[in-house]
Amino acid sequence: MGRIGVLCYFGLCLLGNHLWAGTITVCASCEVKTIKEGIAVAADFDTLLIKKGIYKEFNIQVTKPLTIIGEHYPVIDGEDNGEIITIVSNNVTIDGLFIINVGTSYTADYAAIRVVQSENFLIQNVVLEKLFFGIYLEKSKNGRVYHNKIIGDAVDEYNSGNGIQLWYSQNIVVDRNIVQHVRDGIYLEFSDNITIENNISSDNLRYGLHFMFSNDDIYKDNTFENNGAGVAVMFSKRIKMLGNTFKKNWGPTSFGVLLKEINDAEITGNTFEENTVGVSIEGSNRINYSKNNFIKNGWAIKVRGACYSNTFIHNNFMYNSFDLAYNSNLNDNIFEENYWSDYTGYDLDRNGTGDIPYRPVKLFSYIVNRTPETIILLRSLFMDIIDFSEKVSPVFTPNELVDAKPLMKKIK
Amino acid sequence: MPLRQYQPTTTMIKILKYSFYDLMRSRWSYVYFLFYLLLGFVLLFLNNELSKAVITLMNVIIVLVPLIGTIFGVMYYYNSKEFTELLLAQPIKRSSIFLGQYFGVAGSLTVSLVLGLGIPFTLYGLFQSNAIWDFSLLLITGAFLTLIFTAVAFNIALANENKIKGFGYAVLAWLFLAVIYDGLFLMSLIVFEEYPLDNLSLIATMFNPIDLSRTLILLKLDISALLGYTGAIFKQFFGTNLGLLMSIFMLFLWTVIPVWRLGYVAKRKDF
Repeated sequence: MGRIGVLCYFGLCLLGNHLWAGTITVCASCEVKTIKEGIAVAADFDTLLIKKGIYKEFNIQVTKPLTIIGEHYPVIDGEDNGEIITIVSNNVTIDGLFIINVGTSYTADYAAIRVVQSENFLIQNVVLEKLFFGIYLEKSKNGRVYHNKIIGDAVDEYNSGNGIQLWYSQNIVVDRNIVQHVRDGIYLEFSDNITIENNISSDNLRYGLHFMFSNDDIYKDNTFENNGAGVAVMFSKRIKMLGNTFKKNWGPTSFGVLLKEINDAEITGNTFEENTVGVSIEGSNRINYSKNNFIKNGWAIKVRGACYSNTFIHNNFMYNSFDLAYNSNLNDNIFEENYWSDYTGYDLDRNGTGDIPYRPVKLFSYIVNRTPETIILLRSLFMDIIDFSEKVSPVFTPNELVDAKPLMKKIK
Repeated sequence: MPLRQYQPTTTMIKILKYSFYDLMRSRWSYVYFLFYLLLGFVLLFLNNELSKAVITLMNVIIVLVPLIGTIFGVMYYYNSKEFTELLLAQPIKRSSIFLGQYFGVAGSLTVSLVLGLGIPFTLYGLFQSNAIWDFSLLLITGAFLTLIFTAVAFNIALANENKIKGFGYAVLAWLFLAVIYDGLFLMSLIVFEEYPLDNLSLIATMFNPIDLSRTLILLKLDISALLGYTGAIFKQFFGTNLGLLMSIFMLFLWTVIPVWRLGYVAKRKDF
């Protein structure tokens, strides 16, 4: 047989497997009693149907392209022994499992489900509890993590793991997951072209979403609520954050979003509500902020310097204790046509924008930056008086930092 | 004929009632009531949103309520001086006379405040809104401030026979607590910024009823900003119920002490 013949033979084998993919049922009274056994006897592209029951297994290596489906959420109990499922093959689907008790280790990142250097995987409808790391994608591509629920019980940062972690992975969709009480809800490092949407990440110890060195990613319609430090995005390019909600991230080092060394991003239609700091910006350039709502934050935006060419247009700033804190030069950042609830000007020519410019930086915010304890004088008559005099003739706050066309009505 | 038993409490309530109706008759209570009513409606009409109106209202309450309480208190005391002297000639306990008058004035002011602001907000759908707690807290602090500043005003008036002097001191007291105190407070915080200041700033807040009420309202409105400061004591104070309880307790003390002093001084004063 020539080389072509051999190829044909293998090709036909693969095709055959596709056509004759069998179903192997795993249950306590079945022929196949454990998942490991099931994987061992399965041929490529088979389906493993796992019936309801408790399977005390760990270190399950999925080495073949298989579809593993749980019926009525079978429980896989790792008994704190270590990693539970490791996927090392392409085309694997995991659906409807309930995985508990992942082992905690200080030297290895044990995960409930780990995908290693694989493509075309789908992990969906999985419930994870009592975990260390949840779903860990390592050097993998073209996958989907859909509709999973991850409920951790993390207490300390040093011995807890992340809910969904992506490391050197590409083209992955993370959609409709719920992540709670882990260290970082969703964590990305060196992962490009990722879409993260409709997830709810809340009550996590550190960050709801944390990513570094990950470019061209889209974050859409997610909710990040009550996380220890909010959301941190660092050292990334061409990010899009659209329609997310950042809520109730309280504390001295807590942010709705922390942007550090982020370039060319688009931040549109997000809602920042009741955070200590809505957006904290450091060394980030060419970012467009538009149609965002900043509601009842301590500081809506804190600009920490080295920021160039950022534009803030058509945002709503409502009832924030401070709209803006700014401790450097304005540079070429632009604030225009935003709605500020604190604006007290008038619109005589009825063109929808106020006739006198709005100064978003108050003297008091400058004072609080210098002596943080003075925050206790917030909203006192004395502060209002000196803020007013500063407004009339700016001495301490940057003179050119104004919104020349503040809107009279908020943007819907 | 058996002598009627002298009962200090009933006499006090009688005097209280008299002062209360006296204020009603002199229409001042109505003016005050209508002022708040109008203010409430205008605020809600202009803002269209309950939570923003609550913020504006806070500024009004911590500035205007003490001022009105102070001026009313002093005015009432001097105006009813002749009547007071007439009462003093009767076999009535002195504390009953003064406390009765005080509670008459403070009570009528409080009722005007609560009704004047309560009615417009209720009509605008307060009970269906989340702002109800912020609003009730606002009214409670308003009531406390009225009680405190009327008592302070009575104390000042009692100490000064001269009306002009009395008025002057009373307005000065208001000005000091509303503005100057915070200015000095801010100065000292900036001057001593090298030192740990969270204890100092919390204690300084406790010694000024206006700051105290402000803090109480901040706890509701600006908690996200307050928690931005790193101090552990701040965090404990603002992050738990401790702040709320402490502030209310201190406001209570601020009410009780001037009222007690009023009774104490009145007993010993030579008229």
